Amino acid sequence: MSHKNVTGDTASRSELDAFRELQQLAYQAASDVAATLEPGVTEREAARRIREHLEERGVQDWFHTPFAWFGDRTAFRNFHVPLQFFPTGRRLEEGMPFILDCAPVRDGYVADIGYSGYLGENPLHDLLMDDLRAHRDLIVDRVRAGDTLQDVYRAVDALIREQGYENRHRIYPGRVIAHQVGKVESRLPRAIVAGFGVRSLQTLFGDLLVERVHHRSPLWADGDVSAHPATPGMWAVEPHIGFRDMGVKFEEILVVTEDDAHWLDDDLPHVRRWARTSPAPTDTSEETATA
Amino acid sequence: MSTRPHRHVTATDGQRLAVYSAGDPSGPTLVLVHGYPDNASVWDALAADLAADHHVVTYDVRGAGRSTAPDDRSGYLLGQLADDLRAVVDSVSPDHPVHLVAHDWGSIQTWHAVTEPAHAHRFASFTSLSGPDLDHAGHWLREAPDGVRNVLRQAVRSSYIGFLSTPGLPEAAWLSGIGGLALAALEHVGGGPRVPARRTTRDYLNGLALYRANMLRRFTRPTGRRTGVPVQALAPTHDAFMVDQVQSNAGRWADDFRFHRFHGGHWSLRSRPAPVARRVRAFVAEIESGAPRPVRNLTAHQARRHGGAFAGQVAVITGAGGGIGRCLAFELAERGARIVAVDVNGPAAERTAALCSLVTPGSAARRVDVTDAAAMDELASWVREEYGVPDMVVNNAGIGVAGPFLEATTEDLERVVDVNLWGVINGVRAFAPMMVESGGGGRIVNTASAASYLPSRLYGAYSATKAAVLALSHSLRGELAGRGVSVTAVCPGLIDTGIVSSARVSGLGEVSRTKDRLNRLYRLRGYTPERAARRIADAVESDPEMVPVTSEAHIGLALSRISPAAVRGYARVAPPL
Repeated sequence: MSHKNVTGDTASRSELDAFRELQQLAYQAASDVAATLEPGVTEREAARRIREHLEERGVQDWFHTPFAWFGDRTAFRNFHVPLQFFPTGRRLEEGMPFILDCAPVRDGYVADIGYSGYLGENPLHDLLMDDLRAHRDLIVDRVRAGDTLQDVYRAVDALIREQGYENRHRIYPGRVIAHQVGKVESRLPRAIVAGFGVRSLQTLFGDLLVERVHHRSPLWADGDVSAHPATPGMWAVEPHIGFRDMGVKFEEILVVTEDDAHWLDDDLPHVRRWARTSPAPTDTSEETATA
Repeated sequence: MSTRPHRHVTATDGQRLAVYSAGDPSGPTLVLVHGYPDNASVWDALAADLAADHHVVTYDVRGAGRSTAPDDRSGYLLGQLADDLRAVVDSVSPDHPVHLVAHDWGSIQTWHAVTEPAHAHRFASFTSLSGPDLDHAGHWLREAPDGVRNVLRQAVRSSYIGFLSTPGLPEAAWLSGIGGLALAALEHVGGGPRVPARRTTRDYLNGLALYRANMLRRFTRPTGRRTGVPVQALAPTHDAFMVDQVQSNAGRWADDFRFHRFHGGHWSLRSRPAPVARRVRAFVAEIESGAPRPVRNLTAHQARRHGGAFAGQVAVITGAGGGIGRCLAFELAERGARIVAVDVNGPAAERTAALCSLVTPGSAARRVDVTDAAAMDELASWVREEYGVPDMVVNNAGIGVAGPFLEATTEDLERVVDVNLWGVINGVRAFAPMMVESGGGGRIVNTASAASYLPSRLYGAYSATKAAVLALSHSLRGELAGRGVSVTAVCPGLIDTGIVSSARVSGLGEVSRTKDRLNRLYRLRGYTPERAARRIADAVESDPEMVPVTSEAHIGLALSRISPAAVRGYARVAPPL
């Protein structure tokens, strides 16, 4: 069971490589499908394309099936019940932001990624994407420093507020900014219930129970149960910021060891984008849009 | 302007239109289109003003003044009226696009012309006074994007259309003189010196065909008519026939749109042309300068959501570096306003302005301490220099002070009075005079608080300052009502803005623990500043006296009126902090 993973040894180098490879594959799927999106495509159609793309490449199961959000749904406007996260018949239009989010499982390894884009040009969307960079840096720095997850969450919140944006990850069930992932080793049949793979859910609930005993949680939010430093293991971290009708996020795995933390992979679309637009980290208030 | 036509232009169906011109023929050409039941003489005062530096052309619409009248009602269809305008424009300025100014029915037909792809390239700009496009209005009435309440308000003001469409009745009214008396009474609405209209019986009678030929058809089967011609709509604050929204709604159909108000009634351009002349002059100069037109960056949803009630306006917001002020800046920017973001925290104000400018270009930030009267005066003259007189001033900067009054320090008390009360006073004194002097139409919005009518042992000093802001707003509203500037007090309630984190707390034990609990309360309440800003912007459109934002602000207000004793009892309750 994965709680061995999350409470104790970090996966071996070859295991990390396998996680990294799957994360690459998932990001590749999202960016390939994003390039095919044209006006008129529905969220369901986009989600189906990701699913087929990944299943052709050996993905057998899902932590959760692919999500696609278009327009103001990227900022979770008027989301009241979790069912609203599932893809709808909304059609993409010129001048709409979109987010693709999927969590494939292959040979027990899990990836959980989020990819943000915009159909057309909007310098504001570019700025939001650029401003995510400060969050990626902030999160790993604070986790490394041994801050509690609650404090890191609040630091991210403060940065979002300073940037003039809204925290949108608080709309996720449990207000989570991240959740633990680990290798899925289950004997349950591969089945999808309400968008989530039962094997992965079994793993997650197992972790919830084990961690609860240690007064910790595999879910990272701003409540008191997150008032502990990050548990060693792998965390799928998904800061999601919003401005008006636009939401942007990334989601990738943060590897936490007993005394350090690092992002699983730096060769991802959003990280490459930052390297392209401004090679050195910049102060958010001085950033300018690159149209 | 001369009473004899300077030329006659022959329309496509052979009618002859009387055209008058004045002013400097080398200046930009303005073509002015009058409404019903007027003739070209309605423009005399405005044309005299604008003729100083423009080539001003007016004409009598078919059936009115010295133009001929078609025999058949079909001669008054909108398509034909748009062709007439085109014929006049081609005759007076064959080489250069002209600037259009139109009033009432003139505006209706000019809208039809600028939304006609075959004509649009002949027009450089369009200033619309008290007249919507009938198709736009048809959509507005059917879909009620600005609310059913506004549609009903407009229906009341449009009731005369039913009267004018009834066969025989309006003719009898005009010929008997009763109609003329009723109209004279309506011309008093909006105040101002009275300049008698120069109309003939012919103007009253022929123009009835305008209503009878067009209204029903356009309202029942409106089509989608867009335009790329830059449009500014000017709405008098006391228009007897038109609510603001039916005119500002045109922002949904015009790519380059702005909306301003001025103090006056439906016909006040006859007696007080100055505010209109000022806007026309500035707009024409802006277009003639050839400066690139501002391009807004809107998502598909944003572009659909709003009319143009704040389009092209200038809003000064204090305390715009965070909380409700910042979110209101974003909200108004999304609705098309340029924002002057003012805050004592310079970088925060700049961040607000930068984000606003990415939605609607042209926002700016100023670091000003609202407690400094001289600095506020300086800000006001800077804004006037850079942007002109603002359409809206939001005195929003405020700080929180909590804890027992007797344990607060003198310093804290002076500070909260300085920021919360003197900040508003300084803002009003800096901006209100120029808003009145420029012809009115502006809005002053002061942020008070639900604490101003809900006393509590928890925040005595804070509620005192906010009650003073509320009282000042009420009185100021009365004082400025006759001068066309509206004053609104906003009473938010519990909004999760982080005001607690920066508040001064006295005598409540360990401060951070108290703040944690208060912060949690605000977070649990979950009313975001974004939502508050949306609610405020929606409400301010119709110039209410007070805007309670959250439900507790509404309930508290009702309770303070129904049962003051209950509110007094609440003031004694010790909060579990």
